[in-house]
Amino acid sequence: MSAKAMTSPAYVQQSALPALPPPASTVGVIGWMRNNLFSSPTNIALTIFGLFLAYVTIPPIIKFLVLDAVWTGTSREACLYKDGVEVGACWAFVRDRLAYTLYGSYPVDGRWRCDAFMVLGAIAIFWVLHPRAPHKSWGMLFAFAFTPLASYGLLSGNNPLAFLLEPLAIFKGGDTLVISVLVTLAIFAAGVLLARMEGLEMPKAIGAGVLAVVGAALVGFIFAAIWATFKLQPVETARWGGLTVTLVVAAVGIVVSLPLGILLALGRRSKLPIVKFFSVMFIEFVRGVPLITMLFMANTMLPLFLPERYAPDKLLRALVGIALFASAYMAEVVRSGLQALPKGQYEGAMAMGLSYGQMMRLIILPQALKVAIPNIVNTYIGLLKDTSLLLIVGIFDFLKAIENARIDPQWAAPTTSATGYAYAAIIYFIMCYGMARYAKNMEKRLAVADKR
Amino acid sequence: MVLGAGASGAGVWVGEVYVSSAASGGRPKVSPINDPKIRGYVFQAVLFALVVFLLYEAYDNAIENLRKAKIASGLGFWNNTAGFDIGQRLIAYTATSTYGRAFWVGLLNTLLVASIGIVLATILGFLIGIGRLSKNWIVNKLSTIYVEVIRNTPLLLQLLFWYNAVLKALPEVRDSIALPGGAYLNNRGIFTPEPVFGAAFSNVLWAFLAGLAGTIAFRVWARRRQESTGQQAPVFLVSLALIIGLPLLVYFLSGSPLTFNEVQKGRFNISGGVQIFPEFGALLLGLVIYTAAFIAEAVRAGIQAVNRGQTEASYALGLRPGPTLRLVIIPQAMRVIIPPLTSQYLNLTKNSSLAVAIGYPDLVQVFTGTVLNQTGQAVEVVAITMLVYLTISLTTSLIMNWYNARKALVER
Repeated sequence: MSAKAMTSPAYVQQSALPALPPPASTVGVIGWMRNNLFSSPTNIALTIFGLFLAYVTIPPIIKFLVLDAVWTGTSREACLYKDGVEVGACWAFVRDRLAYTLYGSYPVDGRWRCDAFMVLGAIAIFWVLHPRAPHKSWGMLFAFAFTPLASYGLLSGNNPLAFLLEPLAIFKGGDTLVISVLVTLAIFAAGVLLARMEGLEMPKAIGAGVLAVVGAALVGFIFAAIWATFKLQPVETARWGGLTVTLVVAAVGIVVSLPLGILLALGRRSKLPIVKFFSVMFIEFVRGVPLITMLFMANTMLPLFLPERYAPDKLLRALVGIALFASAYMAEVVRSGLQALPKGQYEGAMAMGLSYGQMMRLIILPQALKVAIPNIVNTYIGLLKDTSLLLIVGIFDFLKAIENARIDPQWAAPTTSATGYAYAAIIYFIMCYGMARYAKNMEKRLAVADKR
Repeated sequence: MVLGAGASGAGVWVGEVYVSSAASGGRPKVSPINDPKIRGYVFQAVLFALVVFLLYEAYDNAIENLRKAKIASGLGFWNNTAGFDIGQRLIAYTATSTYGRAFWVGLLNTLLVASIGIVLATILGFLIGIGRLSKNWIVNKLSTIYVEVIRNTPLLLQLLFWYNAVLKALPEVRDSIALPGGAYLNNRGIFTPEPVFGAAFSNVLWAFLAGLAGTIAFRVWARRRQESTGQQAPVFLVSLALIIGLPLLVYFLSGSPLTFNEVQKGRFNISGGVQIFPEFGALLLGLVIYTAAFIAEAVRAGIQAVNRGQTEASYALGLRPGPTLRLVIIPQAMRVIIPPLTSQYLNLTKNSSLAVAIGYPDLVQVFTGTVLNQTGQAVEVVAITMLVYLTISLTTSLIMNWYNARKALVER
C-alpha cells in the first residue's frame, strides 16, 4: 500500500458538510405553533378553549366598538336601530358631549384655563418622571410648587399667592385671625428651616424667618397687583367639572399624599412612643375603612368639627378625604422602602455625625424612595381610580359627567350607556396603563442598577 | 469639622489611651436644648397637646353646630321606627322595623356579597394567575389582557357598566329569557326555583358534617403515616367520597327530601321561586371580576417567587410534574401568596361599600345612606359604620398574622 493511499483515503470527507436546515416542524410559524400551542394534549385542549373564549369575546367587542359603530350624527336618531338592525357604539354621542365630559359646566370662554392646567400638569409629570430629563430639582420645584399654585390660580381665578399677604391681615383681626396667624407662623418657620439647612446658626436663622415674613408680604403685594391685571374671571368650584375635576383631585392627592405619607412612615418607625402610636393609629384606621366612609366623614362630619365661619366647600372636603386616605397607603409603601434598606445605611449616617433630619434627607429617604418608586406609582394608579368615587358624594367628576350625559334624553338610544362607559374606560385605561408601564420600566431600570 | 469637636471636651487621656467619659460612666455634658432625649420628650409633649387640642376643638365645635342645627345626639335613634323598606333582606324586616334592625339587614347583605365574592374571586383569580404563567400563548395572552384591562379601570365604572349597561338592559319580564332548570332572566333579576327542605334534610346536613370531620381525621392519619412510612394515601379521592358521596347517599336513602317551588311566569308578572336582584348580581359580578385580576397577580408573583431550583430538584428526585406542583411548588408559593391574598379579601369587603352607587342595600347604602339622611346624626352613623369595617379588617389581620407566623419560613 502506498503512503498516499494511507493518508488520503477516497471515502473520507475533507470538509464539513453544510448544516441542514432544522426540520420544518421546529422552526417558523409551524414550529412556534407546535411549541406554544400544541405541545401536549392538555396544551391542545387549552388552545381550543382559549380560541373559543377569544372567539366569543373579542369579535363582538370589535364589532360593537368599531364595525357597527355610528361615528357621526347630531341627535339620538343617528343611533337608533336602523331597519330593525342593531347598531353598535354611538360615538356621535361622545363627540357631541366631549367638551362636557372634559370641562363639565365650566364657563365656555374659560375652557382654555382647564387646557392650560392639563398642559402644566403634563409638563410637570414628564419633567419629574422622565429618567433623562435635565435639572430634576427644578422639575420638583416646578411640579410641587409652581404647578399647584398656577393651576389653582388658573382654575379658580383667585390670586394663588394671596396667602402671602396674611401677615398683614393680622392687623385687621376679624373672623379669620387664627388662619392669618397660622399662615404667618408657617412662613416664618419655613424661613427658619431653610436658613438652618443652609447652615446658619440659630439667632441668624430667626432673623431669616422674620425676613421671610416681610419678604413674603412684599412679594404678595407686588404679585397681587400683577394678578389684578390678568382680569381672570373667578369660577367657584361648584362649576368645575368633568375630567378637569378628576385630574385636580388626583393631582392634589399625588402632591399631598407623598410628603404626608413620608412623615407618617417615619412616625411609624420612630422610637418616640407617642409619635409612633399616633402614626400607627392613623394608618391602621384609614386602611381599615372603605374610602366611601372616609368621604362621607369628610362630607358630613368635617363641617361639624369646624367653626361655622370656616365651612369648607364641597370639593375641598372631598379633597381632604382623598388626600388623607391616600397618605395612609403611601405611608405603608414608604415604610416598605425604608425597611428594604440595610441597617448599615443608618449606622453609617450616624457614624458620620449626621443629625436625624440630615440622615433622613441625605442618606435614607433618597434610597428608600428610589426602591419604592414602582409601588408609589401603583398607589397613584389606585388614587386615580378612586377619584371616581367622588360621584357618590356629589362631586362633578369625569364619571359623573358621563353618567349625566348618558341619561340625557336628547341622546337616549339603546347603546348610549355602553358607549359612554366604553369611552370612560378607554380614558381611565390610558392614564392608568401609562402609569403602570412607567412603574414596570422603573422596576427594570432599578433591577439593572442593583445587579452586581 | 464637627466630627472631632466633641473629643477634646469630654473624657481624659490616660497615657496613650483616650477614655471617653461615656465609657467611664457619665454621659458627656450637653446643653438640654441639644439633648436628643429631652428633645424627644418635648416634641412628643407638643404633639400630644396639639392632637388633644384639635380633638377637643372638634368635639366642642360639633356640640355647638349640632345644637344650632337642632340635631339630637346619642344612640337613641337605634330603636326608632325606620319607615323605609329594603328590597333584599336575609332576616325579617318591614317598614315598621327599627333603625337597629335596618343596620343588621345591611350588615348581613354586606357579609353575604363579600363571602360569596371572596369564594368566586379566589377561584377565578387562581385560574387566571396560573393562566398568566401558562406556556400556551393564547391562554397566556388572554389572561394578560384580562388582568391589564380590569386592573386599569375603576371598579365603580365597572359596577355601573354591569348594572346599567348589562343587567338593566336585559329584556322586560314579558320577554324573560328562560334558563335551563326552570329559571328566568330579565331586567328585574334572575328568578330561580325555590328549594324546599323536607324534615329529613337535616340528615343530609349531619352526613355532610360527619364527612367533613372524617376527612380531617383521614388527612391527619394520612400525614402521620406518610411521615413515618413514606406511603401516600389517596387523600383527594377519600375526601371527595366523604364530603360529597356520603351526603348524596344519605340524601337518596332518606327519600330525596328536597323539592322545588317552580317559578310561575305569567304574561306580565312573575311569582314564586327566589329572586336574585340585579343590584346583587351586578355588585357580585363587578367585585369578583375586579378582585380576581388582583388575586391573579398575587398568585403569579407567588409562583414566580419559588426558586426554579426547587422544580429541578423535585424532578431530580423523580417526582412527576403533578406531585411537584402539589407537594413542592404550591406549599412554598402559598407562603408568598397569602398576605396579599388577605389584603385582597379585605379590599373586596371594603369595596362592597360601592353598592351605594347601584342601590344594593348593603351596610353603607342602608345605614350611612338612608338612615343618615333620615336621622341627620352623621357622627354616630358614620362612626358606627367605620367601626364595623374596622372590626372586620382588624380581626382578619389578626387571624392572618397568626397564620403567617405559623407558616413563615423559620430562619436560623
